[in-house]
Amino acid sequence: MLTFFLIFHNLRKYFYRKPKLENTVLEMSERRIFEHPILDFDRGDEFYFDFEGEKVKAYEGETVASALYADGLRKFTESKKLERPRGFFCAIGKCSSCIMSVDGRPHVRTCVTQAEEGMEVKRHGSKPKFPEVDIGRGKERKEKKIEIAVIGGGPAGLMAAIVSARNGADVHLFDEGDDLGGQLVKQTHQFFGSHEEDAGTRGIEIGKELVEEARDVGVNIHTETKVLGYYEEKKITVEEEGRLTIYDTEGIVYAGGAIENYLSFENNDLPGVYGAGGVQTLMNEEGIVPGDKVLMVGSGNVGVIVSYQLLQAGVDVVEVIEALPEIGGYQVHASKIRRAGVPISTAHTIKKAIGEEKVEGAVVQKIDENWEPVEGTEREVECDVICLAVGLSPDTGFLRQADCEMEYIGELGGYVPLRTEDMMTTRRGIYVAGDAAGIEEATVAALEGKIAGAALFEDLREETEDTRKSKEEAKEGLVPVVLSMRRCADDWGLRPILLNHKKGDLRMSRISILPSSFTKGVNCG
Amino acid sequence: MTTVVCRCEDITEEDIVEAIEKGYDELEKLKRHLRLGMGPCQGKTCLPLARRILGRETGKSVEEMGDPTSRPPSQPVSFSLLASLEESEVDE
Repeated sequence: MLTFFLIFHNLRKYFYRKPKLENTVLEMSERRIFEHPILDFDRGDEFYFDFEGEKVKAYEGETVASALYADGLRKFTESKKLERPRGFFCAIGKCSSCIMSVDGRPHVRTCVTQAEEGMEVKRHGSKPKFPEVDIGRGKERKEKKIEIAVIGGGPAGLMAAIVSARNGADVHLFDEGDDLGGQLVKQTHQFFGSHEEDAGTRGIEIGKELVEEARDVGVNIHTETKVLGYYEEKKITVEEEGRLTIYDTEGIVYAGGAIENYLSFENNDLPGVYGAGGVQTLMNEEGIVPGDKVLMVGSGNVGVIVSYQLLQAGVDVVEVIEALPEIGGYQVHASKIRRAGVPISTAHTIKKAIGEEKVEGAVVQKIDENWEPVEGTEREVECDVICLAVGLSPDTGFLRQADCEMEYIGELGGYVPLRTEDMMTTRRGIYVAGDAAGIEEATVAALEGKIAGAALFEDLREETEDTRKSKEEAKEGLVPVVLSMRRCADDWGLRPILLNHKKGDLRMSRISILPSSFTKGVNCG
Repeated sequence: MTTVVCRCEDITEEDIVEAIEKGYDELEKLKRHLRLGMGPCQGKTCLPLARRILGRETGKSVEEMGDPTSRPPSQPVSFSLLASLEESEVDE
């Protein structure tokens, strides 16, 4: 197993240092990172926008939320009934905790809104007013016929779009952000997949390469767009450039990714309690540190990798706590943060966050084998950020709107769509790939995307040498495991839910594997 | 003491436990009674947590809890967009 891990030779020198890395330079007055051991933050021009009468500095390419965070703002809004202070949480436009009024328009998600010179940003508190400015009627609605819509521009969506476009399909890829690459764009660690071309490459690089390839093969890329819903006959509604467009599609690959899990503990909504992905976005994409002292909740791969990335960015990780009696993530990652002097406390949970307006500390507590807190073991941890790395859930609202049959599979993180080996859901012509199909990691997402893109092309047009090879190659890298067998409402009979594992994944041993000939036989029984 | 489950609609763990005691023991019922998952994030953050609480309080399996219906729009959208006209209806 260990042979799959690439040793981070070039980073070794940092392991033995105290958490504050010399190479990371923070400008004292703000939270922006100017020098980083791996990342190069290519900031655009400096400009100012207005926040409640004050001038706030921003750099071209920064979101409103990041610029405000860098300026020191922690309370982004006030909650609706309890009027509690709220900060951002997910930083990728999923949770809506960062909504503010921008140029008179209330309820704008500032984490996915680019800052612009002269913009007027205000917190609207618990009861936002009706728009104070005439925001017009919106441009006229359009309806367009397209062949394939790919929803989500992460590794799964990009791969699906690339494969179907290079075979000659008219492919449109929709993503909310201004940058494609999904969560890859914030992965500074090297991938150690068995997949030859990706091993040893950092996530950020893989992301860039995929985006370039997608452009080269003629994928129509729609960034900063919102896919609002699914309607009959494979129509989707999309908001782009202030216009509502209805795309009448022949086939869809849904690769909408995942949502970070939240955790219940006292004061869990205080500004300073952030999702691990949110912290990564802020730190590795926007170049802004989340705080000075971080308590990491969860020691799975995300928890330990983000802890290490925090150390790289010059942030002190005071402790990692884990509810399970053992560390969840790969030992190589855990060892790195341990060597940097970060304690990992297993069989521990968080009891409460301390603070009025923002996090000023936390109380952690031991738990016994029945997950019950042990009285008298409470202790305070000094921190200004509580980072939640407690898993992800597939974002499947779109698929449920499309009436795809779903099943709850704990191993995959929640409700996932039933699908074939070729990633087709129970709706003909609607495919799924990546975390939306079940929580895995980027390599699996890319391979699933490859399969989905090729299979959809075959469905709509014909099998080509390339689609056949793409599917074959991708399936070679995956080990499908049957987790459930269900009779579907359509007339195709039994349908297995396949969990795709990367070859060599540790967890495989825990689930029994059925021979692939078995899964093939039941697809259209 | 506040433990929030649904950030958008400000629903606490206490609210949910209380509602379950009153008999709102499925996710769809909790949604209709408390507006759980009906805010701008459309249940993306709270549903997994609510499922866990419901399981703990009632011993129900995930299948028994049900899954609330998902409807468009999946994301916040402005009224002006919804009020926009069809191309043919626009006066030149």
